[in-house]
Amino acid sequence: MIKILFFAQLKETLDCCELELDGDGIAEVKDIIELLSQRGVVWAKALNAEKLMMAVNQDLAKANTQVNDGDEVAFFPPVTGG
Amino acid sequence: MVVVVQQADFDLNQEYQTLIEGNQTDGAVVTFCGLVRDFNQGHEIIGLTLEHYPAMTLKALEKIEAEARERWTLGRVTIIHRVGDLDLGDQIVFVGVSSRHRKDAYAASQFIMDTLKTDAPFWKKERTTTGPRWVESEMR
Repeated sequence: MIKILFFAQLKETLDCCELELDGDGIAEVKDIIELLSQRGVVWAKALNAEKLMMAVNQDLAKANTQVNDGDEVAFFPPVTGG
Repeated sequence: MVVVVQQADFDLNQEYQTLIEGNQTDGAVVTFCGLVRDFNQGHEIIGLTLEHYPAMTLKALEKIEAEARERWTLGRVTIIHRVGDLDLGDQIVFVGVSSRHRKDAYAASQFIMDTLKTDAPFWKKERTTTGPRWVESEMR
Protein backbone atom coordinates (compact mmCIF):
# COMPACT_ATOMS: atom_id res chain seq x y z
CA MET A 1 0.00 0.00 0.00
CA ILE A 2 1.03 3.59 -0.57
CA LYS A 3 -0.02 6.20 1.98
CA ILE A 4 -1.17 9.50 0.46
CA LEU A 5 -1.40 12.73 2.49
CA PHE A 6 -2.86 16.16 1.70
CA PHE A 7 -2.24 19.43 3.51
CA ALA A 8 -3.54 23.00 3.87
CA GLN A 9 -5.86 24.33 1.12
CA LEU A 10 -5.54 21.09 -0.81
CA LYS A 11 -6.80 19.08 2.17
CA GLU A 12 -9.83 21.39 2.41
CA THR A 13 -10.52 21.40 -1.33
CA LEU A 14 -10.48 17.60 -1.50
CA ASP A 15 -12.08 17.22 1.94
CA CYS A 16 -9.51 14.49 2.55
CA CYS A 17 -6.32 14.44 4.62
CA GLU A 18 -5.21 10.87 4.07
CA LEU A 19 -5.90 7.79 1.95
CA GLU A 20 -4.22 4.55 0.88
CA LEU A 21 -3.66 3.20 -2.61
CA ASP A 22 -2.71 -0.23 -3.84
CA GLY A 23 0.87 0.01 -5.10
CA ASP A 24 0.14 -2.01 -8.26
CA GLY A 25 0.69 0.04 -11.41
CA ILE A 26 2.28 2.92 -9.53
CA ALA A 27 5.89 3.62 -10.49
CA GLU A 28 6.14 7.40 -10.22
CA VAL A 29 4.30 10.22 -8.44
CA LYS A 30 2.55 11.16 -11.68
CA ASP A 31 0.85 7.74 -11.74
CA ILE A 32 -0.78 8.63 -8.42
CA ILE A 33 -1.89 12.01 -9.79
CA GLU A 34 -3.40 10.29 -12.83
CA LEU A 35 -5.19 7.70 -10.73
CA LEU A 36 -6.63 10.21 -8.24
CA SER A 37 -7.64 12.61 -11.03
CA GLN A 38 -10.22 10.01 -12.05
CA ARG A 39 -12.11 10.78 -8.84
CA GLY A 40 -13.69 13.84 -10.46
CA VAL A 41 -13.19 17.40 -11.64
CA VAL A 42 -12.27 18.73 -8.19
CA TRP A 43 -9.49 16.17 -7.76
CA ALA A 44 -8.25 16.48 -11.34
CA LYS A 45 -8.04 20.27 -11.13
CA ALA A 46 -6.43 20.38 -7.67
CA LEU A 47 -3.83 17.69 -8.37
CA ASN A 48 -2.83 19.15 -11.71
CA ALA A 49 -2.36 22.68 -10.40
CA GLU A 50 0.81 24.21 -11.78
CA LYS A 51 2.25 25.08 -8.37
CA LEU A 52 1.38 21.82 -6.60
CA MET A 53 4.24 20.56 -4.42
CA MET A 54 4.88 16.92 -3.54
CA ALA A 55 7.05 14.81 -1.28
CA VAL A 56 8.01 11.14 -1.20
CA ASN A 57 8.96 9.80 2.23
CA GLN A 58 9.17 13.37 3.58
CA ASP A 59 11.60 14.61 0.91
CA LEU A 60 10.51 17.13 -1.73
CA ALA A 61 9.79 15.31 -4.99
CA LYS A 62 8.71 15.83 -8.58
CA ALA A 63 6.11 14.16 -10.79
CA ASN A 64 8.75 11.78 -12.13
CA THR A 65 10.09 10.76 -8.69
CA GLN A 66 9.98 7.00 -8.20
CA VAL A 67 7.45 5.54 -5.76
CA ASN A 68 7.64 2.12 -4.14
CA ASP A 69 5.16 0.05 -2.18
CA GLY A 70 5.12 1.20 1.46
CA ASP A 71 6.11 4.78 0.63
CA GLU A 72 4.42 7.88 2.01
CA VAL A 73 3.53 10.43 -0.68
CA ALA A 74 2.27 13.90 0.22
CA PHE A 75 0.70 16.64 -1.92
CA PHE A 76 0.44 20.27 -0.82
CA PRO A 77 0.23 23.86 -2.04
CA PRO A 78 3.34 26.08 -2.10
CA VAL A 79 4.61 26.44 1.46
CA THR A 80 4.15 29.73 3.35
CA GLY A 81 6.09 29.35 6.59
CA GLY A 82 8.69 31.65 8.05
CA MET B 1 22.68 22.19 16.08
CA VAL B 2 19.25 22.91 17.51
CA VAL B 3 16.23 22.43 15.23
CA VAL B 4 12.84 22.65 16.92
CA VAL B 5 9.21 22.80 15.84
CA GLN B 6 7.00 23.80 18.74
CA GLN B 7 3.77 25.52 19.72
CA ALA B 8 5.40 27.41 22.60
CA ASP B 9 7.02 30.81 22.30
CA PHE B 10 10.81 31.25 22.45
CA ASP B 11 13.04 33.70 24.27
CA LEU B 12 15.49 35.61 22.08
CA ASN B 13 18.01 36.18 24.85
CA GLN B 14 17.95 32.56 25.92
CA GLU B 15 18.54 31.44 22.34
CA TYR B 16 21.36 33.96 21.99
CA GLN B 17 22.97 32.58 25.16
CA THR B 18 22.76 29.06 23.73
CA LEU B 19 24.69 30.29 20.68
CA ILE B 20 27.48 32.01 22.65
CA GLU B 21 27.82 30.11 25.94
CA GLY B 22 31.28 28.51 26.14
CA ASN B 23 31.78 29.31 22.46
CA GLN B 24 35.12 31.11 22.15
CA THR B 25 35.86 30.25 18.54
CA ASP B 26 33.08 32.31 16.98
CA GLY B 27 33.34 36.08 16.72
CA ALA B 28 29.99 36.67 15.05
CA VAL B 29 26.36 35.86 15.83
CA VAL B 30 23.44 36.76 13.57
CA THR B 31 19.88 36.21 14.76
CA PHE B 32 16.60 36.62 12.90
CA CYS B 33 13.04 36.66 14.26
CA GLY B 34 9.91 36.49 12.10
CA LEU B 35 6.70 37.96 13.56
CA VAL B 36 2.96 38.01 12.83
CA ARG B 37 2.30 41.38 11.19
CA ASP B 38 -1.00 43.24 10.99
CA PHE B 39 -1.55 43.54 7.25
CA ASN B 40 -0.80 41.07 4.47
CA GLN B 41 -1.83 40.74 0.81
CA GLY B 42 -4.55 43.38 1.31
CA HIS B 43 -6.11 41.85 4.40
CA GLU B 44 -6.29 43.08 7.98
CA ILE B 45 -5.06 40.32 10.24
CA ILE B 46 -6.23 39.32 13.71
CA GLY B 47 -3.95 36.30 14.03
CA LEU B 48 -2.92 33.16 12.21
CA THR B 49 -2.78 29.41 12.46
CA LEU B 50 0.30 27.56 11.28
CA GLU B 51 -0.27 24.10 9.89
CA HIS B 52 2.63 21.77 9.12
CA TYR B 53 3.50 18.27 7.94
CA PRO B 54 4.81 16.91 11.24
CA ALA B 55 6.73 13.93 9.82
CA MET B 56 8.56 16.18 7.34
CA THR B 57 9.16 19.54 9.02
CA LEU B 58 12.13 18.56 11.19
CA LYS B 59 13.70 16.60 8.36
CA ALA B 60 13.31 19.58 5.99
CA LEU B 61 14.83 22.03 8.49
CA GLU B 62 17.75 19.70 9.24
CA LYS B 63 18.41 19.39 5.52
CA ILE B 64 18.48 23.18 5.15
CA GLU B 65 20.87 23.45 8.08
CA ALA B 66 23.17 20.80 6.58
CA GLU B 67 23.15 22.62 3.24
CA ALA B 68 24.12 25.87 4.94
CA ARG B 69 27.02 24.11 6.67
CA GLU B 70 28.27 22.85 3.31
CA ARG B 71 28.36 26.38 1.91
CA TRP B 72 29.73 28.36 4.84
CA THR B 73 31.98 27.80 7.85
CA LEU B 74 29.53 27.85 10.73
CA GLY B 75 29.72 27.29 14.45
CA ARG B 76 26.32 26.87 16.05
CA VAL B 77 22.97 26.95 14.27
CA THR B 78 19.51 27.17 15.83
CA ILE B 79 16.23 27.04 13.92
CA ILE B 80 12.93 27.28 15.81
CA HIS B 81 9.58 27.37 14.03
CA ARG B 82 6.28 27.68 15.85
CA VAL B 83 3.02 25.97 14.83
CA GLY B 84 -0.60 26.31 15.94
CA ASP B 85 -2.54 29.47 16.80
CA LEU B 86 -0.58 32.74 16.94
CA ASP B 87 -1.70 36.29 17.62
CA LEU B 88 -0.70 39.62 16.12
CA GLY B 89 2.89 40.48 17.05
CA ASP B 90 3.74 36.92 18.13
CA GLN B 91 7.09 35.46 17.19
CA ILE B 92 6.86 32.79 14.47
CA VAL B 93 10.39 31.79 13.61
CA PHE B 94 13.92 32.12 14.97
CA VAL B 95 17.16 31.56 13.10
CA GLY B 96 20.48 32.02 14.90
CA VAL B 97 23.90 31.39 13.42
CA SER B 98 27.36 31.76 14.92
CA SER B 99 30.58 31.75 12.93
CA ARG B 100 34.17 32.93 13.14
CA HIS B 101 33.42 35.95 10.93
CA ARG B 102 30.25 37.93 10.25
CA LYS B 103 30.07 37.33 6.49
CA ASP B 104 29.36 33.62 6.90
CA ALA B 105 26.82 34.22 9.69
CA TYR B 106 24.91 36.82 7.65
CA ALA B 107 24.91 34.77 4.45
CA ALA B 108 23.96 31.51 6.16
CA SER B 109 21.10 33.01 8.17
CA GLN B 110 19.66 34.61 5.03
CA PHE B 111 20.02 31.34 3.11
CA ILE B 112 18.30 29.38 5.89
CA MET B 113 15.31 31.76 5.96
CA ASP B 114 15.04 31.93 2.16
CA THR B 115 15.15 28.15 1.80
CA LEU B 116 12.78 27.61 4.72
CA LYS B 117 10.25 29.78 2.88
CA THR B 118 10.36 27.61 -0.26
CA ASP B 119 11.12 24.11 1.07
CA ALA B 120 9.80 23.63 4.63
CA PRO B 121 6.22 22.31 4.83
CA PHE B 122 4.48 25.03 6.85
CA TRP B 123 1.28 26.83 5.80
CA LYS B 124 -0.20 29.99 7.26
CA LYS B 125 -3.95 30.42 7.57
CA GLU B 126 -4.78 33.97 8.58
CA ARG B 127 -7.69 35.06 10.71
CA THR B 128 -8.69 38.37 9.10
CA THR B 129 -11.45 40.91 9.75
CA THR B 130 -13.25 39.43 6.72
CA GLY B 131 -12.83 35.75 7.69
CA PRO B 132 -10.11 33.09 7.49
CA ARG B 133 -7.87 32.80 4.42
CA TRP B 134 -4.85 30.75 3.41
CA VAL B 135 -1.80 32.85 2.67
CA GLU B 136 -0.76 32.69 -0.97
CA SER B 137 2.89 31.93 -1.63
CA GLU B 138 4.80 34.81 -3.17
CA MET B 139 7.96 32.77 -3.62
CA ARG B 140 7.52 31.10 -6.98
